Amino acid sequence: MSEAAAKEPIRASEIDPKFKYELSKMHGSEKLLKCFQCGTCTSDCPVARYTDNYRPRQIIRMAQLGLKERVLKSDTLWLCAACFTCTDRCPQDVEVASVIRVLRNLAADRGCFPQVFRDQVGSVLESGYAYKIPELRVKKRETQGLPPLPKGNAESLRKSLKGVKFIENADKKGEQTAK
Amino acid sequence: MNKLPSKYLIFLGCAIPYRVSAYEISARKILAKLGVELAEMPEFNCCGLPLDPVSHEIMLILAARTLALAEQQGLNILTLCPGCGGTLKKVNKILKADKVLREQINGHLKESGLEFKGTIEAKHILQVLKEDVGLDSIKSSVVKPLSMLKVAEHNGCHILRPKEYIGFDDPEDPQTLKMLIEATGAECLDYVDETECCGAPSVGVSDKVALALARDKLSHVKQVNAQALITICPFCHIMFDTNEVRIERMYNEAYGVPIIHYPQLLGLAMGMTPEELAFNELRVDTSKLLKAISEGAKQV
Repeated sequence: MSEAAAKEPIRASEIDPKFKYELSKMHGSEKLLKCFQCGTCTSDCPVARYTDNYRPRQIIRMAQLGLKERVLKSDTLWLCAACFTCTDRCPQDVEVASVIRVLRNLAADRGCFPQVFRDQVGSVLESGYAYKIPELRVKKRETQGLPPLPKGNAESLRKSLKGVKFIENADKKGEQTAK
Repeated sequence: MNKLPSKYLIFLGCAIPYRVSAYEISARKILAKLGVELAEMPEFNCCGLPLDPVSHEIMLILAARTLALAEQQGLNILTLCPGCGGTLKKVNKILKADKVLREQINGHLKESGLEFKGTIEAKHILQVLKEDVGLDSIKSSVVKPLSMLKVAEHNGCHILRPKEYIGFDDPEDPQTLKMLIEATGAECLDYVDETECCGAPSVGVSDKVALALARDKLSHVKQVNAQALITICPFCHIMFDTNEVRIERMYNEAYGVPIIHYPQLLGLAMGMTPEELAFNELRVDTSKLLKAISEGAKQV
């Protein structure tokens, strides 16, 4: 979402009046309704200092208003650095960073998320590690006097992640591409 | 009185074996010297934090798996990465308190023969050094005090926030790392926006924002003439150490601030050599710093 799109007039037809209640029941965004838009989150946000596109207060307000589609499709959701300064300083204990995480999770369930996360999920499922550790690094450990690197257990991991919505969606998508 | 150091299960996380070996090498050496015994994880999966943005559920399951594996070993976890440490602490606390969620997550773990019971603790190395080893033991391990040095610290975010889950230092005015630096004999300088984020989590989403954050940090550190910036997080370290030269070129500025892992600094004060502490793995030139130390040592 560009800054211009954020300022588009709001149409009643795009409002989902129940969105805020849905969010209020989710782990991390329980206190969304307590936000009174003081702006502490935005004024203390290190990312907001360097880009005009990211405003946590605006994201919270959009969620409260029920602008579900706009907020979930917004690229700026992914700019949060998860430093948790907003969470610690919010006078209303809204846990702003966690609300943003909930919104990101909802966007991700629809397949809307940056590539970097797709790579990391793939790598974790395959090796246990979020990055593919180069073979050279693994071997070098011995010469560096380091113990062998603990191995991932892909089979056991897959079992634990059975029934997780995000994994099922990704698997379905993989099957579709394969077809 | 020195507290008795104990045995920990070391959880390396993903970033350290991927590209931050100097941190691991130096940390293992100083911990051994301080009498902290380490055991290796029997198997490994990511702590979950990097996947939290796309799936909170995956994060909870991954963290709970690691905690359950440690419970089987009957050992507390020690992490070098504050991201891993914070995540394991947070999930441990959440699952201990929330029975419904615990049962749900245990339903997943059962599939692979694991169960979260909530019987162990997870701590970052900084907390272990402060609470379990203790400042007195650290001070008495110093044989070559670094009193010729003036450095600055960068705590990073996840060792401090969210306070509700981490809470062993003051996120607005943290003291632990400063005290640990001063235990080596070096002076720890104050500077503007000390608790600000390094920018690393924004890499890949907006490099522009990430580098601007790191640049401000480096210039604030430079402003007070710190001879090095001391970190305790693999991500903060990568952010500064690998990008400093790039930022210097981008903005046509010169910082020349070496980025040192805290265990490397303590290791030097314990009398270990830069080679032993893997200084050769660092990107930013450390020769000036090491020269200042050896010249300073002669004058004492």
